[in-house]
Amino acid sequence: MSDTDRLGAGGWAILILTGLFFAVPLVMTAAFSFWEGGSRYGLEAYHVLLASPKLFEAMALSIELALATVAALVLLLVPAMIFMNLHAPKLRPVFEFIATLPFVVPAIALVAGLSALITGPDWLIGTPFYLVIPYFFLALPYAYRSIDVGIRSIDLPTLTEAAQSLGAGMGQTILWIVLPSLRSAMVGSALLTLAVVFGEFTFANVLLFHTYAVFINEIGQHQVTAAAALSVASFLLTWGAMLGVLVVGRGRATPIGAR
Amino acid sequence: MKAPIAWVFIAAFLVVCAVFLIAPTAMLAVQAVTDDDGLTLQYVATLGEYRYRVAFAHSLYLSLTSATVGVIAGGLIAFAVLKPDAPRLLRVVVTSFSAVAANFAGVPLAFAFIATLGSLGMLTTMLKNIGIDLYAIGFSLFSITGLTLVYSYFQIPLMVIIITPAIEALRPSWREAAENLGASSVQYWRMVGLPVLAPSLLAAWILLFGSAFSAYGTAYALTSGNISLVTTEISAVLSGNVSSEPQVGAALSVGMIVVMVLVLAASHILAARASRWTVKS
Repeated sequence: MSDTDRLGAGGWAILILTGLFFAVPLVMTAAFSFWEGGSRYGLEAYHVLLASPKLFEAMALSIELALATVAALVLLLVPAMIFMNLHAPKLRPVFEFIATLPFVVPAIALVAGLSALITGPDWLIGTPFYLVIPYFFLALPYAYRSIDVGIRSIDLPTLTEAAQSLGAGMGQTILWIVLPSLRSAMVGSALLTLAVVFGEFTFANVLLFHTYAVFINEIGQHQVTAAAALSVASFLLTWGAMLGVLVVGRGRATPIGAR
Repeated sequence: MKAPIAWVFIAAFLVVCAVFLIAPTAMLAVQAVTDDDGLTLQYVATLGEYRYRVAFAHSLYLSLTSATVGVIAGGLIAFAVLKPDAPRLLRVVVTSFSAVAANFAGVPLAFAFIATLGSLGMLTTMLKNIGIDLYAIGFSLFSITGLTLVYSYFQIPLMVIIITPAIEALRPSWREAAENLGASSVQYWRMVGLPVLAPSLLAAWILLFGSAFSAYGTAYALTSGNISLVTTEISAVLSGNVSSEPQVGAALSVGMIVVMVLVLAASHILAARASRWTVKS
């Protein structure tokens, strides 16, 4: 075996050092959440959190927003991509352009543009569900990528022709043939979207809606230990979602930006 | 085959994107160069003010350094765990942890570091107890160095995820061929490995640059006004915390978009140059 095959001392040193860099903040944060000042440790931060109805409202809102964003992706993006591939492949460059745009336009710039352009009506911008619109674009680049990979791998035209020659209508073909074969791509992007929207801060903070991340920031201003407890919870939640992605999607968990 | 319903779905998607993504972006460009009296360059000119020059300098510096740290550290880690004799379990642990850490960002990440390395953080206190006072020797979590450290927490795993497929695609036969011709490990990397990886490394660097440049939540929760970044300056204008007109926010946003477009364009040019090394499989 040649030298380059072996992990070697240098390789292990790099891995152990970075392992520490990644493990230490998590362990310290978990420990910090039990700190009560001085050398006292206890569950005070958790009592404060459990006694705060605003926490549960914020969590519920974030969960609802995450589910609504997934619904928007399934209802708006997935059918448009399927039909584009079937009937209008010439539009592919347009779709590609749109899918890269959220990367070029940072979230904070998009929210600046949205607040400049869209100033009403109140039923739209007055409800927290207005956030589903920017969240849709937040999820768009990687959801597009993963569904595109899914569609390319199934030879869509042949599948639909086969289904239709057997007498299936358009709706039946999509529901029974196309969607099931895109299942792993869709579940993967859905879980990722859930994790990202749940922790999203930029849009919610600027547009003044009380989501989970906004709540963490608020409580962190006067009770850092409680914010630490919620940060650990966030990490575990992200872990859960990613575990789901790795289990369902034989593909990779693509990272996206909600920083 | 006629399928009107198909066009309904395609049109719906395109209209939503046009109204809520493309139009707001265009609006920023218009707003940045107009006031009540028509066209003006006064808001674009404010970007030259000291305050905003500093913000852009900070943002660019932070993005460049954290992207570079991410590419180097993440690249080395990916390379180490993908070595043929690296334990399989190690590979699984590193890849799955990277998927989590790359998506663990924003406010929770900021508070995790405050709990660890803030002035009252656990690690800060522990080090102080053994005689190392980090804040006395010039370290601060709430500085550009501190931010770079925090950003590395998502940049490094991001790099591991992005670069893994490219490293996996390096064929063992190339290295064997190089070795048979008498090349040392260093020579192999300098003349074969790195040139082949160059386009992927560049693309990864761009992605990392973008993720740091547009980061807002982490910086907002950590710096709270201490260090100005472009993103936090825009949010200050939007929330009315500073007495700037909204047009300044628009001009700053356009500035960010211009930086992103320039970086992407530069990467395309460099990638075209590097692609003569790309091997079609």
